[in-house]
Amino acid sequence: MQITSQTFKANTVKALADVELQRALKHVEKGFIGKRQKAADALPEFEALRDSAMAIKQHTLKHLDLYIDAYVEKVEASGGKVHFAEDADHARRIFLDIAKRRKAKTVTKGKTMISEEIGLNAFLEENGITPVETDLGEYIIQLRGEHPSHIIAPAVHINRDQVEADFRKFHVDLDPKRDLVKPETLLSEAREILRRKYGEADIGVTGANFLIAETGTSVIVTNEGNGDLTQLLGKCHVVLASLEKIVPTLEDTAQILRVLARSATGQEMSVYTTLSTGPRRAEDQDGPEEYHVILLDNGRSNMLGTEFEDMLRCIRCGACMNHCPVYHAVGGHSYGWVYPGPMGAVLTPSLIGVDKAGHLPNASTFCGRCESVCPMRIPLPKMMRHWREKEFESHLQPTTARAGLGLWAFFARRPTLYRAAVSFAMPALKLMAGSKRRFRSLPLAGGWTKWRDLPAPEGRTFMQAYAQSGHARSSGRGASK
Amino acid sequence: MSGSTRDAVMGRIRRAVGATPANEEARRRVVEDRLGAAPAGVIPERGQLPPAERLALFIQMATKADATVARLKSTAEIPEEVAAYLRERNLPATIRTGGDPRLSGLDFSQTSLSVTQGPSDGDDLSSLSHADGGIAETGTLVLSSGPDNPTSLNFLPEYHIVVLDAADVTGDMEAVLARLRQRQGKGVMPRSVNFITGPSRSADIEQTLLLGAHGPRSLHILVVGDA
Ligand code: SF4
Repeated sequence: MQITSQTFKANTVKALADVELQRALKHVEKGFIGKRQKAADALPEFEALRDSAMAIKQHTLKHLDLYIDAYVEKVEASGGKVHFAEDADHARRIFLDIAKRRKAKTVTKGKTMISEEIGLNAFLEENGITPVETDLGEYIIQLRGEHPSHIIAPAVHINRDQVEADFRKFHVDLDPKRDLVKPETLLSEAREILRRKYGEADIGVTGANFLIAETGTSVIVTNEGNGDLTQLLGKCHVVLASLEKIVPTLEDTAQILRVLARSATGQEMSVYTTLSTGPRRAEDQDGPEEYHVILLDNGRSNMLGTEFEDMLRCIRCGACMNHCPVYHAVGGHSYGWVYPGPMGAVLTPSLIGVDKAGHLPNASTFCGRCESVCPMRIPLPKMMRHWREKEFESHLQPTTARAGLGLWAFFARRPTLYRAAVSFAMPALKLMAGSKRRFRSLPLAGGWTKWRDLPAPEGRTFMQAYAQSGHARSSGRGASK
Repeated sequence: MSGSTRDAVMGRIRRAVGATPANEEARRRVVEDRLGAAPAGVIPERGQLPPAERLALFIQMATKADATVARLKSTAEIPEEVAAYLRERNLPATIRTGGDPRLSGLDFSQTSLSVTQGPSDGDDLSSLSHADGGIAETGTLVLSSGPDNPTSLNFLPEYHIVVLDAADVTGDMEAVLARLRQRQGKGVMPRSVNFITGPSRSADIEQTLLLGAHGPRSLHILVVGDA
């Protein structure tokens, strides 16, 4: 996909003026925050499980070479194959080789962010292969020719009536007078259309939430069941995963699963957690004939052993963006690439280069909420600061760096975001009383007082759009609860 | 191509994690020990209950996840319960099932049901499976694939009925994993293990939760026997 992270600031001004988007973004706060809190409160061991999950990933990353070796050996023992991919282009070529060998015409797809990262859909189309997204949200945005704006709720930027309009436009062989008012009818329509596709597919592509070294197993976690049908009914199953998805054992997977669903959607457990190991067995009556894993590096091995290593613990739950006042205000597309919100602000510069994504680490109010909800306790604000310091110290990109600081000021000066940040930070600061490690992650809080009274040159445009969007009010309410 | 990529990627990783010939053996031992022992970590108290309460918790949690649950005294009651379930929902009196001996021994002759065997081709409205176990902590069913248990029965039909022996309900996922290991052998897995918690759903339209996405709209659990 085309990267637009360079124009982050312009993207945000546009996003704030987008009435439909602003209407849709309200669902983020409504849909996620309360549910996560409730699920966390309902499990007394939740904080201990976060520690456990974090420790598992830390241990794995320290021994990643050996766990990868163990994993590959097990995949091969179960009849599957692992392909190492250096970067996006390499991953696409590996995929195309498999597709050509199988003479693939159609590829069904469960939700996978790695597919977005390597731009698989556009590449398949260029090569005469039809990709069919089967996750409802992904299907909707595929019809619209868009990209996901959220890592677990890809179509969160779209409203129901827009979906209805798209379905009428694209599902032309259905009765134009059919009633599509209820969201249920939209869901059934998508279900019926996609149902036929699974079995026709030459290849079913999924991502993986975990790759288990002990057994050579890939794990997907879904609510719709589309990923399961994709990997079950496609004649060949290809798993796209990055190397940090490795966990040692089944038990380790169970630990992290307990924080994943709760942090993501506030469920105790997602509806389907599916463990797949290799292709169909001789006696099986269903299942794919071939099983491949494309294991993508794409910059991750270079993050290991650096101040950005912690980011490799990320389990893509989305909690950080669900709780981010900047994300609430500008949505995911503003970030200009695959990964939005606080995790994107840290990961994107690592993966595509700070020259392209140098703005993102400044897209923060440094309120600390992302870190306080991150199940893997990733110090996101600290790492955003690392990026800013890196840019500044290196002087490699003086223009970008200056623009970056300007952008930070741009957010910092906005009174509403400021207020939101401060009131978010208060409870966070209280929590931190006993934790020096985390207290140090907010030294820029002092920056607020410095910036808040400065005149804001572009403030009118921003504030007008911001007030018009109605977001200022809702964010104020969110802040005071 | 992939071989040299593997070497390059692994070389970078080894450098980053500080792997040296001197610490190789110690690092290997750490990894082998962990893979061998598979330590359990934090197990929530919630599911650590005596059998009857554990079963009650399973039913409570499964119901909370929008599954429906019926209690049966013995497997002999399964055919009539299945027939009644379909009747009440005005569904055709047909059901698809695998060759699982725990199900194929059932006598459906007293019902008007027509029972067919094999994987689903997508046209079946209802299916009947047997679970390996249930997890009380979250109300989750565990099903694994095999010659007699085609996975498609768990996902394609709109109504999925699952038989679960009360005695197979455990407190937590770890207990299920331990049993799986015992049955399959260490490090070996069935092709597919499905942990299922309630019927399928989506919140992709305006974050409104809707039941019945691509998987079943309804999940009905028949708990057989006492805990
Ligand atoms: S950074 Fe943390 S909160 Fe954000 S997606 Fe990753 S694991 Fe979830």
